Formats: sequence, C-alpha cells, structure tokens
Amino acid sequence: MNTLSTKHLLGIEPLTPEDIKLIFEVADNFKDVINRPIKKVPTLRDITIANLFFENSTRTKLSFELAEKRLSADVVNFSAASSSVKKGETLIDTVNNILAMKVDMVVMRHPSPGAAMFLSKEVDSVIINAGDGTHEHPTQALLDAYSIREKLGDVKGKKVVIVGDILHSRVAISNIHCLKKLGAEVKVCGPLTLMPKHIESLGVEVETNLKKALEWCDVVNMLRIQHERQEIKHFPSLKEYTLQYGLTTELLESIGKDIVIMHPGPINRGVEISSEIADSKNAIILNQVENGVAIRMAVIYLLAGKI
Amino acid sequence: MGLQEREILNEAEVDILISRMTRQLIENHNLFENSILIGVQPRGIYVANRLKQKLKELSGIDVTTGAIDTTFFRDDFRRKDKPLLPSVNNIDFSIESKKIILTDDVLFSGRTVRAAMDALMTYGRPSSIELLVLVDRRFSRNLPIEANYVGKYIDTLSNERVEVMWKETENIDKVILVKK
Repeated sequence: MNTLSTKHLLGIEPLTPEDIKLIFEVADNFKDVINRPIKKVPTLRDITIANLFFENSTRTKLSFELAEKRLSADVVNFSAASSSVKKGETLIDTVNNILAMKVDMVVMRHPSPGAAMFLSKEVDSVIINAGDGTHEHPTQALLDAYSIREKLGDVKGKKVVIVGDILHSRVAISNIHCLKKLGAEVKVCGPLTLMPKHIESLGVEVETNLKKALEWCDVVNMLRIQHERQEIKHFPSLKEYTLQYGLTTELLESIGKDIVIMHPGPINRGVEISSEIADSKNAIILNQVENGVAIRMAVIYLLAGKI
Repeated sequence: MGLQEREILNEAEVDILISRMTRQLIENHNLFENSILIGVQPRGIYVANRLKQKLKELSGIDVTTGAIDTTFFRDDFRRKDKPLLPSVNNIDFSIESKKIILTDDVLFSGRTVRAAMDALMTYGRPSSIELLVLVDRRFSRNLPIEANYVGKYIDTLSNERVEVMWKETENIDKVILVKK
C-alpha cells in the first residue's frame, strides 16, 4: 500500500486505518525535512495550490501555506473578506474561476458543514478540507493523533478524553473518527448542553465530571469554547465553566499521574486551561503545531501524486 | 517468453570488487578523518555497509556512514502511477566541509545520483562529493554523471535489468542480469 484510497481529503470518516498510517509514515520523512538546515524539497515544483479561506484562521492557514511552500508548490491565497464573494458570487463560480487559472489543488475552509464534499462533486480538482463548519477538520485530527503517536509510541489502546465544546467542534468529530480508527479508546467530557445528540453512536462515552475523566485517561485534548458559533448561551457564565471544566495545576496534582496535555489552539488561557498547565512539560501543544506542517506536507504529497 | 536470468557476479567476485574499491578509497582518503560514506536509499546503503566493514578489516578505520533518500528530489514525480514512498534519511552528523563518498549499487541513467546530490546539499555544503558504484551500466546515461570508483562495467540493453542481491536481504551476494 503506497497510495491513499481517496482522491480528496474531505474528512477522516471516509479514510481507512491504512490511509492514516500511510500519512503518518510519510509525515515522519517530512518531519525530518523540516528539521534540516534547508527545510525545503523541490517535489511539487510543477503544482499550484489555492488556499481558499471563507472563514478566519491563523494557524491552519499558515501551516498549510508553509507545508505547500516547503514542497515547492506555487501558492495562491484567497480570503473571503477581500473577495467577490461579498459581491454575490457562488462557491462553485468562485472556485471554477480560480481553477481556470490552472490551479491543481484546492485547500478550503468554509463555515458550512459539507462544503468540501459539495465542491469535490462539482469541480474537477483535488480538494483538501481545512475545516467545514462543525463537520470535520481532518488535518487537525491527523496531527493530533500523530502527536500522540510521537509522544506515547502508539495510538492503539491509549485512552483519550476530549474536553469542552463538543457540540460546535469539528476538531472533536474528526479526532473521534481518527482515534477510533487507530484503536484508541475515546471519551468526551463537558457540560451536557455542549454535547451533540447521539454522540455515543460514534463509539465514545460521555463523562460530565472532568476529574473522573482525567483519572481514566492517558491524554487529554482541551477544546476552546467557540463563542462565535454559539447563538444561545449553553452555560451560565464563563467563570462557572472554568470552575467545572478548566484544567488547573491543583486538579492535575490531585490525580497524581502524568497526563499528556493537548490543545488544538487558539488557547483561551485561564478559561479551559491555566497558563501554568499550557506551558508545562506534559503539554505538547507546540509539538502539535510543528507536526501540523509535516502532516499537511504528507497529505498534499500523497494527493498530488494522483493528479 | 518469460524472464531470462544471467549471473554477472558471484559472492566471491562481489567481495573482490568491494576489497579493491576499499583500497582505492584508502589511497584517496588516507585515514578518513574528514570523509564520510553515504549510501543512496534504498539499495546503496548495503554497499556503504560493506565498504565500512571491509575498511575496518583492512585498516581498522571506523568510517562514519549515513543514508540519503532521494524521493522528494526525483524528477519523475507524477510521471508514475503512484507516489513513491520515501525511505529514511540517516545523517545525524554535519556534512559541512566534509568529503562525501556517495555509494549505490547500480549506476544507470544518473538521475538518482543527481537527486541524491541535491538532497545532500540541503544538509550543508560538503567540500567534495565522489560517487562509488558496484555496477556501472555504461552507455546508458541520461545526464553527464560518471562514477569515481566502479566495481564492474557492464554493457546492457534497455530491456535488461541489473539486480544486485545482498546477504542482508536476499540471503546471497550476487549480481544478475534479467532480460524481460
């Protein structure tokens, strides 16, 4: 097996465990590349990639752009704020116009769930989903699982708890799919108002008590409260949320074991995680960011081979 | 018509060639203070390992060896059905101002060597790069690249393939010519 079973990366759900392992193996090589004095390889010098961001992003956009540039691809960037989308152009028209300029691959973030899937059916190009609404964020899940593999040796059999705003989190959904496919045990933890209905159908357990969840797990992935997606209030106050679901030194010390701390960013220090914990030795938050570039290089490399 | 095989080198002959090339290396690199052997992945690493072994036997020198993968530097990406999967690089030392001896099993078009040199340069600026190959399929080069040390020159047709087998992987040291 040295090729992916899919032409696009629309989500983790359609991938096979072998696909994920293949991406990890190739990412190992790219991690080596980005730690050399010259961090660039000429592999994709004849490929042009468009980054279409219909929603704000700092880390993901930067990470994709770096990954593309380190593979020597040509990159064009597009953000909805400064485009003709504001003038009433449809998504398909926008993308077809960009493809008419001979672009080979599209990386897209969009506020609507399913936007990447829709696009993959309507236009003739390789699509990489960089986050579609509350649906999936596949590269984030890949880099999270890759970081666990790097820190703990393997993902299989590990106990991972995802804490916070599961309801609005594409990171949570993609993470659950990815971790389950790799054989990890997954729990989600947070107030019931922030749990999607039927989340158990993905094969995860719901735990509302953070301390109990921490006592069970090897890895904790802390999510941010997504105020921008919340139309109604899901909990009385941020202070109250922090008291019940904030990760603090006292809480971790009371557990008395080493737990790997992850966060997909952006961090709200003092809300879901204390500054001390975010900067502690068990936190692999910055490793996640570094691995993000390697994972995205691997995904782009493997998909570009199919153009 | 199936595949036809012809043996070009047997185990003893491979050993003789490795010994001869090791002596040639000693002539040019003395005590190897500043020289490094780097095998081109995937098959050139076996050549490098044999030379290292032989060098230790003949003169007690323990030469530094590494491995370079050329996958991301190749010029045939997207010209194959599937993307090539990379092998590991193993260069955990500085190559800055070092004399590098690149090793591979077979020299054919020269394209892999070109890619290996480019890959190597991303680790730093060596003072020189030499090329050592066990088998040189001469008159088949696509690029102006020649080896400094050659085990054996052979003349081949384009529908023939040279296969080098090693004890480490195929349980035998042997070089054969396969005709399709």
